[in-house]
Amino acid sequence: MSQPAITVEHLSKRYILKHQNAEKYTALRDVITNKVKSVVSKSSSNSSHQSTEEFWALNDVSFEINAGERVGIIGRNGAGKSTLLKILSRIVTPTKGRITIDGRVASLLEVGTGFHPELSGRENIFLNGSILGMTKREIESKFDEIVDFAEVEKFLDTPVKRYSSGMYVRLAFAVAAHLEPEILIVDEVLAVGDAAFQNKCLGKMKDVAGDGRTVIFVSHNMGAINSLCNKAILLNAGKIQSMGDTEIITGNYFSGNVSNSGEFIIGKNSSDEKVIVEKIVLRDQRGMVQQNFQFGDNLEVEVELNSLQEYESPYMFIAIKSAKGPVTNASGLIDGYRTSKFEKGKNTIKCTFLNMPLLPGQYTVLIGIREKEGLYALTDSKDVAVFNITSVLSEIGLNGTLADSVAHDTISPIIPYRWDFNDGKSYEFDITKYQR
Amino acid sequence: MNKHRIIIEPDTEDSNYWRDLWNFRGLFYFLAWRDILVRYKQTVIGVLWSVAKPLLTIFVMGFLGWLFHSEVPTGVPRLLLVCTATLPWQFFSSSFSEASNSLVSNSNLLTKVYFPRLIVPASTVIVCLIDFFISFAILVVIMIFTRFMPDWKILMLPLFLLLAIVTAMGTGLFISALNVKYRDFRYLIPFIVQFGLYVSPVAFSSNMIYNHPTLPAYLKFIYSLNPMVGVIDGFRWCILGGSTTLYLPGFLMSIGISVLFLFVGVWYFRRMEKTFADVI
Repeated sequence: MSQPAITVEHLSKRYILKHQNAEKYTALRDVITNKVKSVVSKSSSNSSHQSTEEFWALNDVSFEINAGERVGIIGRNGAGKSTLLKILSRIVTPTKGRITIDGRVASLLEVGTGFHPELSGRENIFLNGSILGMTKREIESKFDEIVDFAEVEKFLDTPVKRYSSGMYVRLAFAVAAHLEPEILIVDEVLAVGDAAFQNKCLGKMKDVAGDGRTVIFVSHNMGAINSLCNKAILLNAGKIQSMGDTEIITGNYFSGNVSNSGEFIIGKNSSDEKVIVEKIVLRDQRGMVQQNFQFGDNLEVEVELNSLQEYESPYMFIAIKSAKGPVTNASGLIDGYRTSKFEKGKNTIKCTFLNMPLLPGQYTVLIGIREKEGLYALTDSKDVAVFNITSVLSEIGLNGTLADSVAHDTISPIIPYRWDFNDGKSYEFDITKYQR
Repeated sequence: MNKHRIIIEPDTEDSNYWRDLWNFRGLFYFLAWRDILVRYKQTVIGVLWSVAKPLLTIFVMGFLGWLFHSEVPTGVPRLLLVCTATLPWQFFSSSFSEASNSLVSNSNLLTKVYFPRLIVPASTVIVCLIDFFISFAILVVIMIFTRFMPDWKILMLPLFLLLAIVTAMGTGLFISALNVKYRDFRYLIPFIVQFGLYVSPVAFSSNMIYNHPTLPAYLKFIYSLNPMVGVIDGFRWCILGGSTTLYLPGFLMSIGISVLFLFVGVWYFRRMEKTFADVI
C-alpha cells in the first residue's frame, strides 16, 4: 500500500461571471460610479447584482492519488480540467476544500512559459528552467541533454524570435521534459509539433513516469491517455463523473450520455468549425450497432455531418488508432477519391473497414476533414469513437507461449475499406489490384 | 512525512511563503538578468541610456536652480548638489514605475506558473538598482571635475541607499498589486512620477523649505511626509558633508513613512496575491 501523494477533499472553485462588462479587470472609475449609483438610487441597489452570476468551475471534487500513479484527467471543454490543474499547481486558490500534496511539484501548463523572443536559445533555456523551478546548477548539468533533445545546437545563440515554430516548441518542451520533480502536472501540451515529435515527447513522459514519479496528465488524445496513464478521472461540469481503470474511463468518455453503446454524439468542438460532426454510429457486417467486435469483422463507421455551407470535393479521412499508435486509415489522400460535395446541412457518409485483422484490445476512431485544397481544416481532427476487439488470442490461432508478447507489437497496415458517400457514389480500396 | 508537504486551502496564511521565496531566489536572479539583457537589445547606444537619462536631468535641473537662484551650501558646486538628488530620484522613479507595471506585463507567467509573486516587482527594483550603480559614474566624474573631496560621512551612503530601496520597494509593491485589479493606476503612475520630481528637493535643497521664514508649519510637515525627501537629504548629507545639515524631525518622519510603506506594501501585496491569476 503506497502513500497518497495528493489528497483532494471537497474541492470547489467559484467564479463570478459578469455579464455587463466584457473586460476582465475592474476600472476604479466603474467602482466609484457604481458606488455613487447605489447611494443615489438605493431602491434599485439589486440591479447591480443581476449582472453577476456564480459559476462553479469545480464542485465538491474529492480524490486521492498514490505516489507513483499516472493519472489522466479527461472531460469536455469547460469540464473543469484546467481549473483543477491550476489549483493543484497553486496558481489559483480554491473557494472551498483542501488539498494535501506530498512532494516537489512541477507543472507544465503551457509550453514555453516565459520564453522571451529577444533572448537566444541558450538564454531561454536558463530562464525557462528557473521559471519551472530548476536551480542554476540543475540546468547546467542538464544543458547538453536539453539541447540534444531539442535538436537546436546550431541555433543556440540565435534569438528565439527567429526560430521556426517547430524549433521553438521543441526547445520549450525539451526544457520541461528535463524537470525532475516528484509530481509532474502536465496540461494538453502535446497538441503541438509534428507527429514524430509528439511521439518523442510521449516517450519522454513515459520515461518520467517509469522512474516512479507521480504524473497528472490532461489531454483530449485518448490514445496518449491510454498509453501513458494507469488511472483516469472523467470530469463533467465540475464534478467527477467516473474514476478508475483508464480503458474503462476513456470508454465512458466516448459513450457520453448515449445508452446504446456504438453510438457517439459529438457536436461542436470549437467555434470556428465549418463542418460539425454530429454523430458517429459503429456497425458490424450484419448492420447491428456495436461497440464490441470480433477479429475479422467489418467495421462500418457512419458519420453524420452538419455542414454550415456547401463545400466542393472536401478531403476526409477516418483513422483507427490503438494505444500503441496509428493502426490504419481510410483517406482521400491515399485513394485519391473524394465525395463531389457536402450539401449545406446534413450529410451522411459511411466508411467500412473490411474484415479487420485487428488483435484484441481497445481502439479509437479519429476523423478529420479539410477543404478542397487540403490547406485548412473544416473540422478539428479528433477522436470520435471507441470500440473493442474482444476476440481471444487462441481463437484466432495465436496459441504459442510468445503469442501475448508478439501480439503487443504494433503494425500499421492499410485495411481494405469502402466509402459510401452522401452523393450516392461509393469507392472501394481494392487490395487485389496490387497483386502481381 | 515528506518535507515538501504543501497544503492548499482557501484563505489560509501560507507559512511556507518566505521559505518558498528563498527557494526561488534563482528565479529572482534570472528575471532581473532577463530584464537587463532585453532592455538594451536593438538600441544603438545601449547601456549608455542609463547614464544619458540622469545626465540630461541634472543639466536641466541645475539650470532651473541657477535661473531661480536656489540656495547652494557654501563650498558645494551646484551641479553636485543636483546630482546627489537626481541619482536617487531617478532610481526611485524608474523602479516605482517599472515595478508597478511588472505584474501586468508578466501576466503570462502569473497565469501559468506558481512562484511567490513578490519576486516579479522585486526583481525590477534590482534592475533599476544596477542602473543606479552605472549612473553613479556621473557623480564621480562631477566630483573629479569640480575637485570636490567628500569626508568620512560618505561611508554612510549604503544606509541611505537601503532607505531608497525600501521606499522604492514598498511603494512599488503597493501600486503593482493595485494595478492588477484597477488598471487606472497605469495612467496615474507617470503623473505621480512627474509630480514627485517637483515636490522633492531635486532642483533645490530641503533647507530652503525648512528654514523658509513665511511658509506655514503645516506645509513644512506635509513636505516631510514625502519619503523621497528623507532619502535625498540623506544622500546630500553624506556625500556633500561640510556645511550641509540634516533637519532631523523631517528626516525621521520621511524614514517612518518609507518603512510604513514597505509594511503596508508587503501586507497588501500578500493579501491580493492569491487573486492575481483570477483577475489579471
